[in-house]
Amino acid sequence: MTQPGFFDLLSFGPDGWAKALMAGAWMTILIALSGYTIGAIIGTFGAWAKISGGKTLHVAADAYTTVLRGIPDLLVIYLLYFGGSAAITSIGRLFGADGFISFPGFLAGALAVGITSGAQHTEVFRGAFKAVHRGEIEAAIACGMSRSLRFRRIIAPLTLRHALPGLGNVWQVVLKESALVSITGVVELLRQSQIGAGSTGLPFDFYLIAGLIYLAISTVSSIAMRQAERHFSRGVRRG
Amino acid sequence: MDWEFTQETFVSLVSALPLTLSLAATAIALGAILALALALARTSGILVLDWFARAYVFVFRGTPLLVQIFLIYYGLSQFPAVRHSIFWPVLRDAYWCAVMALSLNTAAYASEIIRGGLLSVPHGQVEAARACGMPRLMVFRRIVLPLAIRQALPGYGNEMISMIKATSLASIITIMEVTGVAARIISETYRAIEVFVVAGFIYLAINFLLTRLVQLVEFKLSPHLRQPENAAQMAIAGDAR
Repeated sequence: MTQPGFFDLLSFGPDGWAKALMAGAWMTILIALSGYTIGAIIGTFGAWAKISGGKTLHVAADAYTTVLRGIPDLLVIYLLYFGGSAAITSIGRLFGADGFISFPGFLAGALAVGITSGAQHTEVFRGAFKAVHRGEIEAAIACGMSRSLRFRRIIAPLTLRHALPGLGNVWQVVLKESALVSITGVVELLRQSQIGAGSTGLPFDFYLIAGLIYLAISTVSSIAMRQAERHFSRGVRRG
Repeated sequence: MDWEFTQETFVSLVSALPLTLSLAATAIALGAILALALALARTSGILVLDWFARAYVFVFRGTPLLVQIFLIYYGLSQFPAVRHSIFWPVLRDAYWCAVMALSLNTAAYASEIIRGGLLSVPHGQVEAARACGMPRLMVFRRIVLPLAIRQALPGYGNEMISMIKATSLASIITIMEVTGVAARIISETYRAIEVFVVAGFIYLAINFLLTRLVQLVEFKLSPHLRQPENAAQMAIAGDAR
């Protein structure tokens, strides 16, 4: 058997892995997007707790960000994947099912990525809120805007504008972190490359391709982020 | 939570701690040297070096560390030339592959931090040193580098914490450091929560100590920002009089 060349692997032909790798890349993007969304929701609550929550909420949010930024992400994935499986198995036993039920890897992965990025989102949103001028909020109050209107029209858009560069960084981290989800067996980009490497005996080619695809995704998203930053800072005078 | 099980877990995880620390320390030390070289290449003004450093940082920051580890550990063995070379005993070893991947990775991030430090050195300081007749190397050694290190230290501390966390990925290529042992205990007992709490506590403790250490070094390196001790004593003496 002759080994396929580097570009044969990238083709859609019989030796080609292009279709499988594209499906893997799509799964990577899905995991990253779900994790990022979960993180953004947690981050919004976390920032709110730190800014205007009571003492208990503040301490809880502080503890959350300190712990999640101090422990490896891999541990969080293990906790959710194995812990979730153990929990589901014992729930299954209550309903008469016997044997082991495994927690869905996608869900465990997205949750783990979300929980770890939530700590970063919290800090990004908190910093961005602090950068909003007091005067703008005072002006909104003076205009007689209600609380919700003030949040919707003034605070949220301004905070988001300041948060955008930080949000872009968090997205890059999340994208790379999604590779760790491969240990749960979800066939995302890295797992697909492992499968390819195993069945062709060409690990270098496959991991190189995986690396290039990650690089492409992160480059495209950083260009998109730069566009978004430009779009949302229209009307800001510089210099 | 089962107290006895927690204690047993703690003992087995702590016995894996030296491996985690040696991975992190070796990677940080090797990475720092490489990072300094990259930062100097980036600020040298020599086009080829500048572009090489840019490309290096772009590639290593744009791809997941796990892919880099796999590429070195599994990928390189694909080539017979590597398997027959004198480097094979090193490249076959999971520990050295992990150290290599971690060092190459941290160098990319750290070089940007050091570059920021180098750029922050005020031009007047360099000019003053030149005016005193210091040769280029001495200016770098006595003026630029100390000022840059002081400026880069807080950012560098964060990068070191990231490295401590990143050593956990070595467990995926069979290295039994803290996370590796934790994963083994979890998959044997399915008691994820207890093991997670103990392992998390160990990592938090290391990172807490590391943060304090960096703060201490920062304090030592910036005596000019504090009131001098004898001046403070003189002020007190003056009050007494």
